[in-house]
Amino acid sequence: MLTRPAGTRRRPRPLWVRSLGYWAFQYKRTWRSSLTSSFLYPVLYLAAMGVGLGTLVDHHVHSVGGVSYLSFVGPGVLAATAMQVGTNESTYPVMGAIKWIRTYLAMLATPLRVIDVLVGHLAWMVLRLVLTSAIFLAVLAAFGVARSPEAVLALPAAVLGGTAFAAPITAFSATQEKDANFSVIYRFVLIPLFLFSGTFFPVTRLPGWLQPVAEVTPLYHAVALCRTLVLGQAPGWPALGHAAYLVALTVVGVAAATRAFRRRLVV
Amino acid sequence: MSPSSWAGPESVLADAVGRPVDGRPEPLVLARELVKRFGDFVAVDGISFEISPGECFGFLGPNGAGKTSTMRMISCMSPASGGTLRVLGMDPGADGPAIRARLGLVPQEDSLDLELTVLDNLVVYARYFDIPRAEGRRRAKELLEFAQLTERAGDRVEPLSGGMKRRLTIARALVSDPDLLILDEPTTGLDPQARHLLWDRLYRLKQRGVTLVITTHYMDEAEQLCDRLVVMDRGRIAAAGTPRELIERYSTREVVELRFAAGEEERAAAELGPLAQRVEVLPDRLLFYADDGDALLGEAHRRGFAPVSGLVRRSTLEDVFLRLTGRSLVD
Repeated sequence: MLTRPAGTRRRPRPLWVRSLGYWAFQYKRTWRSSLTSSFLYPVLYLAAMGVGLGTLVDHHVHSVGGVSYLSFVGPGVLAATAMQVGTNESTYPVMGAIKWIRTYLAMLATPLRVIDVLVGHLAWMVLRLVLTSAIFLAVLAAFGVARSPEAVLALPAAVLGGTAFAAPITAFSATQEKDANFSVIYRFVLIPLFLFSGTFFPVTRLPGWLQPVAEVTPLYHAVALCRTLVLGQAPGWPALGHAAYLVALTVVGVAAATRAFRRRLVV
Repeated sequence: MSPSSWAGPESVLADAVGRPVDGRPEPLVLARELVKRFGDFVAVDGISFEISPGECFGFLGPNGAGKTSTMRMISCMSPASGGTLRVLGMDPGADGPAIRARLGLVPQEDSLDLELTVLDNLVVYARYFDIPRAEGRRRAKELLEFAQLTERAGDRVEPLSGGMKRRLTIARALVSDPDLLILDEPTTGLDPQARHLLWDRLYRLKQRGVTLVITTHYMDEAEQLCDRLVVMDRGRIAAAGTPRELIERYSTREVVELRFAAGEEERAAAELGPLAQRVEVLPDRLLFYADDGDALLGEAHRRGFAPVSGLVRRSTLEDVFLRLTGRSLVD
């Protein structure tokens, strides 16, 4: 036990914060390349899609939903990037912490409980989403998009969208023995969502039967929410509906992850 | 004395709040009829033992005997399926975090962070125990010295040898200055130099008063380190005591190993057998368990036997172990 002079006793740090501390600590290995790509990714996308492709689109249709194509596609890619980051952080790192590096097992030999291990890792995923989304929004602002006061709210919106992916995928990863199914997620979930959930064009352009399918996907709601806020449109009932959907998915995901972690780590 | 009653009826030591009732210190670990089940499989089948402060307590047994399951229950990582378990006077089911704050665990499989440096592995681990950063670094450096890893402090863990990783895992388990250090097969897979270095380090810890709980299937390791030990077999305790006691109880003082030319073995076993307390016929040699090995060997020569080779040695724990758990392979 540590002895400290009386009066300077500090309160013990919550157990989950100690687990979060590990993830923050190990990030120092990769933070440079990680933050660089968080910056370059939106720059390249906005230059190619927004400015390059946008001039063609704007030339033809004058605008998408009343705004320039750059303003339309920017918040869409913001939400899609959050989805990507949320998924990246909740697949291989979770499996690694269970099977390869066995970080969770090392933590569980210390005062940390299973719930602390889970909550700390989820909190780290949220922090990563905050970092990436904030950089993305800053780049959007530099491109002349996201100038309205409501645009600030696009940060929590994007983070919520990313978390709505990260939480359930964490649960899924904790049930897997091999990483083979992760590439299935990327190929058959992420890429179709990326292309057809309203990121690059309104879902109203999809064939009629496909529209309701697109509208139940989480990315559709994240894109719609981010777009409303970035464009400075008053967030009304639809926006609340999108947010509620994403919150619900997050809650279900956390509950499932808690169950999956208990099953996997307490034997 | 039957194994399950070995700890003795008088040793239900503590009252409900964990105070010693008879003046003796409460055991650090107290298990009564402890059970661990995985579905239908019973890994630990009602074992009872006590571990006192300052001793080195060993769990011996073949693979699958239930040693690791027992370690995982003591270290509050795995809930017991039945029986009573108290660790440091607390209940693992209710007080897991408080107990683990005072334990150091060296798991059978290393769980080091291969991407981090040697030093950072200790620093990061100290933070789980809420040890302030500067204090964590100070202890980490001290422990690297102890584990003879100071020169590798800044290197990544991945390329380290097995012995170095094991030493680092032990150093990591010590970073919280634990009252109880639990080591699950600490030297399995290491070369003799690495094993001897580890034994030396564990011996020093014992001298400092750290209570050690160790599992192993190396008998020389148990004999070197353990004050008391239990031999586990198929989830039960087959024998318990000090190494000396076990040898006295389950073996003889000496063992005579004789090799004969083909054909002579059977006659030798039959004629010399009555001179020993027990004879074991192995494919390549005969083992005579006797208190005076030289006398038996002399008598063999007097009776005209001419063994190809003859060896008189002291009984070891290995003899006890093989007697109790059999010579057949356990998988």
